Amino acid sequence: MNIFNFIDKFSSKELDAKLENHTVHTRRDMFRQVGKMAKDVAMIGAPIGAALLSPQRAMAQTSDFSMEDVLNYALTLEYLEAEFYQMGLDSAGLLSGRERSVVEQISQHETAHVEFLKTAISGAGGTPVDKPDFDFTAGGSFADVFTNPDTYLALAQAFEDTGVRAYKGQAANLMGNRDVLRAALQIHSVEARHASEVRRLRGSKGWITNAMNTTAPAADAVYAGESNLTHLGVDASTIVTVDMAGLTEAYDEPLTMAEVNAIASLFIM
Amino acid sequence: MQIWKKSPPSPTLVKSISGRRDFLRFSGAALASGAILMAGCDLDDDEVIVDDRVSLGSGDLGILNYAYALEQLEATFYAAVLQGGYYQDATAEEQQILEDLEKHERAHAEFFRAAISTVGTPIPGLVLDFSTVDFNDRDSVLGTAKVFEDLGVAAYNGAGELIMTPDYLLVAGKIVSVEARHAAAIRSIYDSDPKSFAGDDVVDANGLDRAMMPAEVLSAAAPFFVTEIDASNLPA
Repeated sequence: MNIFNFIDKFSSKELDAKLENHTVHTRRDMFRQVGKMAKDVAMIGAPIGAALLSPQRAMAQTSDFSMEDVLNYALTLEYLEAEFYQMGLDSAGLLSGRERSVVEQISQHETAHVEFLKTAISGAGGTPVDKPDFDFTAGGSFADVFTNPDTYLALAQAFEDTGVRAYKGQAANLMGNRDVLRAALQIHSVEARHASEVRRLRGSKGWITNAMNTTAPAADAVYAGESNLTHLGVDASTIVTVDMAGLTEAYDEPLTMAEVNAIASLFIM
Repeated sequence: MQIWKKSPPSPTLVKSISGRRDFLRFSGAALASGAILMAGCDLDDDEVIVDDRVSLGSGDLGILNYAYALEQLEATFYAAVLQGGYYQDATAEEQQILEDLEKHERAHAEFFRAAISTVGTPIPGLVLDFSTVDFNDRDSVLGTAKVFEDLGVAAYNGAGELIMTPDYLLVAGKIVSVEARHAAAIRSIYDSDPKSFAGDDVVDANGLDRAMMPAEVLSAAAPFFVTEIDASNLPA
């Protein structure tokens, strides 16, 4: 549950009350509740202490979360991906040929992202979160994840498409520091390259059509909202003669921290 | 002397144009009407080109125009690809990818024109020169597509920090990841190395993709722009 460590940093009475009032029945429910609380915290908008990294340019701080929170959130997602790919490569007989080559390359990047983010957080005087314990079967829902390549690659697709949306959703929260924003964008596009390749390995297009989930029904949340057609108040369908599928493919949509946490938490013990 | 044809060029016409001083020319402006302007012409005879210079402007508007210029480059390129001999003979998978990329880039270009129009003045359609591309040749088309997609990714990654308005940054983010998906797909069908989709030539040891600033990007793309682009007022 390290992904929610940031919540520990709040001590508002409202939050304590919310924690006490939530009856948690299952792990899934628990994370749904925590996700809601994260959203509430965002609405409170309380900045977490002093900004870790001093802004390099004079501009309004738009963050609901501090730079350290965002980077630790990213680190947690990278821990998840890095461990998932290492376990895949370590699973005898799971991956071979092109699939193995692709996963090797992705694994190398995710491991590098973990180290990069830990160094960045420490370098800014922050504390990197510890790696959580993961359950990639999601409580048994994906029991054959490390024996069936189809299941494994479907989850890989879901993780990569989620990763793209997660970084996208935090870009605006990193505008206070252009070095950090640039690095986050550089990771973001690598995740998108991964997503494209894994999707195509599985016979899907490299891009997301409408809000179509081509993985498993349980992963619908990964694609929710991807069919959006309006950007900066401009309805794309009114300005160009491209079909709806093409218009939705042309734009990837963000997810909030709470939405991503709800997805990732299914795999965190 | 310049002969504009306001209809998509036929593959035959594309094939018929050759020679060192002749070149294919396309205008991004034609995207608005769905037509492609094209002419085989002699550079020396064309005075329009000499005076053809646009300023991207400054601030966020300048960055949006910069993105619009790059999207015009890609959109016009893929429109030409779909008229070329390679596309006609390509595999079904490759045709699907190229058709999708043409749609996406055209959607991006037209979006920027519309979005910029709500807050300022978009740059006009740019005159582009693809004379170095052989649209009948797979290597030439996919090799160029790879350069454009990787360049697009690096351009958005570099421009993000220059944007002051969060909503604009979000839109850039929505588009750059699609460009990265494109880059990976083109690399995947074109390069023999199965790791090329996110190859070590574009992703460094920290797992970071390339980021390039506007001057560097425009310099790299300069051979394709007949219209001179003035980026001197962009934020740095």
